Amino acid sequence: MKTFCHCNNHYGLENSSIILFMQNIQRNCGYLPEDELKRLADNTGTPLMDIYSIATFYKSFKLEPQGEHTITVCTGTACHLRGSGEVFEEMAAVLGVGSGGGTSEDGKYTLEKVNCLGACALAPLIVIDGHYHGNVTPGKAREMIEEHYK
Amino acid sequence: MFEKHLMVCGATGCLASGSKDVTEVLEKELSDRGIRDKFRIVMAGCPGFCEVGPIIVVYPDEVFYCRLDPENIAEIVEQHFVNGEIVEKHLFKPPKSKEVKRFYDEIPFYSKQVFNVLRNSGRVNPESIDEYIMRGGYRALTRALDMKSEDIVEEVKTAGLRGRGGAGFPSGLKWKFTLQAPGTKKYIVCNADEGDPGAFMDRSILEGDPHAIIEGMLIAGLAIGSDEGYVYCRAEYPLAIQRLKMAIEQAEEYGLLGENILGSGYNYKLNIKEGAGAFVCGEETALLASIEGKRGVPRPRPPFPAQKGLWDYPTCINNVETFANVPLILRLGAEEYAKVGTENSKGTKVFALAGKVNNTGLVEVPMGITIKEIVYDVGGGIQKDRAFKAVQIGGPSGGCLPEDKLDLPVDYDSLTQAGAIMGSGGMIAMDEFTCMVDLARYFLSFTQNESCGKCTPCREGTKRMLEILERITEGEGKLEDLDTLRDLASSIKDSSLCGLGQTAPNPVLTTLRYFEHEYREHIEEKYCRSGICKELFEYAIDPESCNGCRACTKVCAVDAISGEKKEPHKIDVELCTKCGSCVDRCRQDAIKIIRVGSEADVQG
Ligand SMILES: Cc1cc2nc3c(=O)[nH]c(=O)nc-3n(C[C@H](O)[C@H](O)[C@H](O)COP(=O)(O)O)c2cc1C
Ligand code: FES
Repeated sequence: MKTFCHCNNHYGLENSSIILFMQNIQRNCGYLPEDELKRLADNTGTPLMDIYSIATFYKSFKLEPQGEHTITVCTGTACHLRGSGEVFEEMAAVLGVGSGGGTSEDGKYTLEKVNCLGACALAPLIVIDGHYHGNVTPGKAREMIEEHYK
Repeated sequence: MFEKHLMVCGATGCLASGSKDVTEVLEKELSDRGIRDKFRIVMAGCPGFCEVGPIIVVYPDEVFYCRLDPENIAEIVEQHFVNGEIVEKHLFKPPKSKEVKRFYDEIPFYSKQVFNVLRNSGRVNPESIDEYIMRGGYRALTRALDMKSEDIVEEVKTAGLRGRGGAGFPSGLKWKFTLQAPGTKKYIVCNADEGDPGAFMDRSILEGDPHAIIEGMLIAGLAIGSDEGYVYCRAEYPLAIQRLKMAIEQAEEYGLLGENILGSGYNYKLNIKEGAGAFVCGEETALLASIEGKRGVPRPRPPFPAQKGLWDYPTCINNVETFANVPLILRLGAEEYAKVGTENSKGTKVFALAGKVNNTGLVEVPMGITIKEIVYDVGGGIQKDRAFKAVQIGGPSGGCLPEDKLDLPVDYDSLTQAGAIMGSGGMIAMDEFTCMVDLARYFLSFTQNESCGKCTPCREGTKRMLEILERITEGEGKLEDLDTLRDLASSIKDSSLCGLGQTAPNPVLTTLRYFEHEYREHIEEKYCRSGICKELFEYAIDPESCNGCRACTKVCAVDAISGEKKEPHKIDVELCTKCGSCVDRCRQDAIKIIRVGSEADVQG
């Protein structure tokens, strides 16, 4: 796992771009490492506290390293009504993470929820490493993980 | 010259059903036969009917192939594209009908729809500005370039356009305020945050017809005297962002964006800002804070963004679909535009139809259509012929309408009166297996989670309401809770800072209004008739209906179902985890939801 990258050396000083910088760091590192945020604070002259207050406000920012594979279960309304709760429970069990999601101890998987992926017609949905899968059931989701990602 | 044009749906929905694999096989099958260059393959925007994806529409033959699998492609290529014979089995077949439907005009899903905003989606290559121009695109802009700002504003006012992002504020009026606001710099902002879970209209428009948004924003810029705009798009929509970026580059290349547009002296710069995952950022003042690089928390209004918006400059903020309507108004003229719709709600509305209907997808209907027409004619009714229970409109800020409101016309005012809202366009149909208390709990937990925490009524009030709802769904509710819920709801509505808190109680209030009996059943009888709240029901097999096919035993993960083949089965309630898999599998409808402890009455 990459923990350090040189992605914010060339950043300008414009404050409105802080979120953008952070998105770039996350894209490169997979999460927001403390060192990077400190460097961002120095380079932009923004207090580190402000940077953390932004990092914790927005849901897409991660302060911990993520697993090799990310499994996202949509828990939007349409998915909820068509049983995404059961899919999430099953995934938590299969991946060996806690019932609220998170990263497995071996660092292999991260399980998370998302509010809606905008493909509600195919509810319930899960995304595995960026690939969308519609109309899943707990069984189908388990099979997908066991066949391709174990 | 191409012989045929193949429009493959490449929007998020169909990608999830595998349209990428279908396209790869299509490319290969055509290449293998040496005929690839006779076919133009387009990854098009969404034609709406996500339920039956992946979809390929063949022109000029006018054929709509659906529910495709990579394995079907060789056959279609051989039989249709080589031998000229349509492959009937991959056409659309309505449920319970033998007759196949060949093209859009015959498919019932499309029959009551009117394509204004979605006119290009699925029909053009969204990555080509030429195709947009060929279909009349940027003509409205050239018209607007010859008009005075006031006249453009007047045109939009006459058209009766109201905001499609939720509140339905008259757009012409908003533009007028921004035009009149003093300021050396003004901004246009497009709200593409689409945070309402269960809605995907804006995503589809951005993915399927990105130039329409650019054109709409350019016209708005002319109307209020702005030379710069932002599109604030959810990060969960990577494809929409990519398409929009591409469209902006093309428009710049064609001199339609940037300096001195079409030689008119009008300059316009368009920027994209990616959201970072916070529902409250859909609220306009929070959104502006987020563009400025801050935490996306709302601030009190007034001053409205029209006076004091982005970096304190006058800012006109509209929704994606609102902007997509603008070129249409300028092109058709306000009067022609206003022919569709009702007295106070003009034009069409795009809905994301989801939940338990047969035909889920994206639909565009004229304002004034009834809910019944949307659910039954467009949506094809409820899946598996189950009973309709309610339709939820407007997401976490909206409400649930019961069966006796099915004849309600869909317009801003009727919906508000009934306790729901037009909202941004999420419409979710629910059947008898949806628990209304659980649904209210779901929405409350959503808003509670998304509350930014700045004001107390919203932060603490929604938490209290959620606790009560959780208690009720766990069988610990008390009758007084219903009054407490109503009291809390009205004070949260009155005293919250922004629309998030002010509308958060709506799902609870409408379910209490129309489905109080379900709340009472949970509290007084400890019973959830829909089979959702796990402590409040059990499953039992009706020996009269069960034919012993064993289908349920195969899906039960905990081996709770026993019985000989062709003999009625039994569920062991001690083992049963109530996952519901068996109910979905049973073709006899033999698995019943019963009150806790009443199993002896059914299974004997
Ligand atoms: C909590 C909250 C979330 C909102 N989310 C959105 C949204 O996702 N998209 C949107 O267009 N408007 C949203 N709105 C409405 C906006 O504040 C604003 O009214 C709208 O963008 C104005 O555009 P319109 O007049 O074209 O509808 C939201 C409002 C609130 C209070
Ligand atoms: S609710 Fe899951 S994709 Fe919209």
